[in-house]
Amino acid sequence: MTTTTAQSSSAERRSAARRPARTPQQRRNFFWGLVFTSPAIIGLLWFTLYPVLVSLYYSFTSATMMKPAQWLGLGNYESLVSDSSWWDSLGNTLYYIVVSVPLGIAVALFLAILLNLNVRGQSIYRVIFYLPAIVPLVASAVVWLYVFNPQYGVFNTVLGWFGITGPGWLASPEWAMPALIIFSTWGAGNLMIILLAGLQDVPQDLHDQAKVDGAGVFRRFRHVSLPFLSPHLLFALVTGLIAGFQFFTPVFVLTNGTGGPAGKTLVSGLYLYQNAFQFFKVGYASAIAWVLFIIVGLGTALVFRLVGRRVYYGGA
Amino acid sequence: MAVAQRTALPAQRGAGWNKLAEKVVAHAFLIAISVIFMVPFFWMVSGSLKTGVDLNAFPVVWFPKTLTLENYIAGLQVFPFARYLFNTLVICAFSMLGAALSSSFVAYGLSRIEWRWRTPLFVVILSTMMIPFYVTMVPLFTMFRSIGWTDTYLPLIVPHFFGVPFYIFLLRQFFLSIPKEMSESARMDGANELVIYWRIILPLAKPALAAVALFQFLTSWNDLLGPLIYLSDADSYTLSLGLTFFRSEYSSQFGPLMAASTVVVIPVIVVFFFAQRTFIQGITLTGVKG
Repeated sequence: MTTTTAQSSSAERRSAARRPARTPQQRRNFFWGLVFTSPAIIGLLWFTLYPVLVSLYYSFTSATMMKPAQWLGLGNYESLVSDSSWWDSLGNTLYYIVVSVPLGIAVALFLAILLNLNVRGQSIYRVIFYLPAIVPLVASAVVWLYVFNPQYGVFNTVLGWFGITGPGWLASPEWAMPALIIFSTWGAGNLMIILLAGLQDVPQDLHDQAKVDGAGVFRRFRHVSLPFLSPHLLFALVTGLIAGFQFFTPVFVLTNGTGGPAGKTLVSGLYLYQNAFQFFKVGYASAIAWVLFIIVGLGTALVFRLVGRRVYYGGA
Repeated sequence: MAVAQRTALPAQRGAGWNKLAEKVVAHAFLIAISVIFMVPFFWMVSGSLKTGVDLNAFPVVWFPKTLTLENYIAGLQVFPFARYLFNTLVICAFSMLGAALSSSFVAYGLSRIEWRWRTPLFVVILSTMMIPFYVTMVPLFTMFRSIGWTDTYLPLIVPHFFGVPFYIFLLRQFFLSIPKEMSESARMDGANELVIYWRIILPLAKPALAAVALFQFLTSWNDLLGPLIYLSDADSYTLSLGLTFFRSEYSSQFGPLMAASTVVVIPVIVVFFFAQRTFIQGITLTGVKG
């Protein structure tokens, strides 16, 4: 905005740049724009910027719920490196994400494709598949406690029909995490709706044309539907990744807040909660939060790098 | 569809049969998956109506032999359902009001008024959605505690009066689709922006506002972490929080647990059935369209 012309005009421009608007109309718009967005601006400062800065500061201190902060420098971050529970929680989180995100997308996509065949009773099926996603997580988690019960539960009863002796699920170190993943997949309805909307945007004439050219169902899906669906799938991948790192409520309810058995379901979100609100280690919890945040950021960037360029935006 | 055209094409021979087979297979899958999806709900309701004997029977009893309400009665004795329902509804109602009002207000400033900050500000607001709750959770807690808001509903309500980024995004999309002329003619008549927002845009935006209100209802109704952090007085618990503690005390008594779950789940299902269209449209709006 700086100018190379005469002194006076440079001063004039500078003051013009400082002034928010020029004409009365613009000035009025600027005023009203500020008025209308002021709640968000105050909210941003109060509920986002301030806590983000404080959390960053805490992460370098020994703050607890009772004691004021003492500067530690990188102390908390150094402790994290040698904290085996933290590494375990990270491993459990990655296990959860790596299995549940693709599985959830696959199930949601399969359901969306089935519903897109325009079968009779579509709206009833849609409601049935969507329902698990909207009922309170706490209540459905409690229900699944009973579903997963090794003796009296539905799961092992049905497995028994096929001659399989089911595992102890939530009581078993190996099967507790798969149980949580199954429970999460049951809630894939949200994603199904989004993918269904994407499928319904695929131009029908492109499909018809491919059909005339002799393309089968799979080829048509691969070459016609999939490109149109790719932005939705990227959206699903990124939101799934972010949500996966925040996975909390089901594990809190199903394991009674312990992350058991044998710490096999201690995910990052739970470990963070425990440190902050059970051990009251505010500084340490903040360091956990920041490392997680950085991991999520890098993970998201990686997804965009690897997958982003394959996304086709022609349909939107 | 054009049937005549279809029979004329050689590649389409047998399409009728294929179509039928496709439908049969699709229905078979859909019905099977529906059963799988519904089993936990069935298990919940049937479990809530079973006697202790049926609950612990082996092999499993699918349909209760004798229906009983004892689980509900037992559950209600330790779980003050009416109290928690009221608490939850208070939080839901104020959060819905705050979210719908403030988000639409902000969205108006970001879509119906031409000023130079509107795009940068919108980008900043959207990008804050990327900041996960766990980063701000601890400082927000210490802040609310220091101003004495813990053990009140204020931390669960007040932030919703300052615009929720996700809803701002949704409403902005909607407002942009309303023709400019609607505001222009009102401006000619001397109406100021507040009047235009309140009298013209809000009434037009009812479907989008309904979606926002419903989303917020669900979010507040389902929220566990917020109440878990902020509420410690058992009288102020929400349904979700109450159920969590109920679960840890009665971890193996499935009857009362299922009764309590049923009571928490049913209202949501009822709301959903009445507002299905709004829900689904809202979800679709949030997709990648735009």
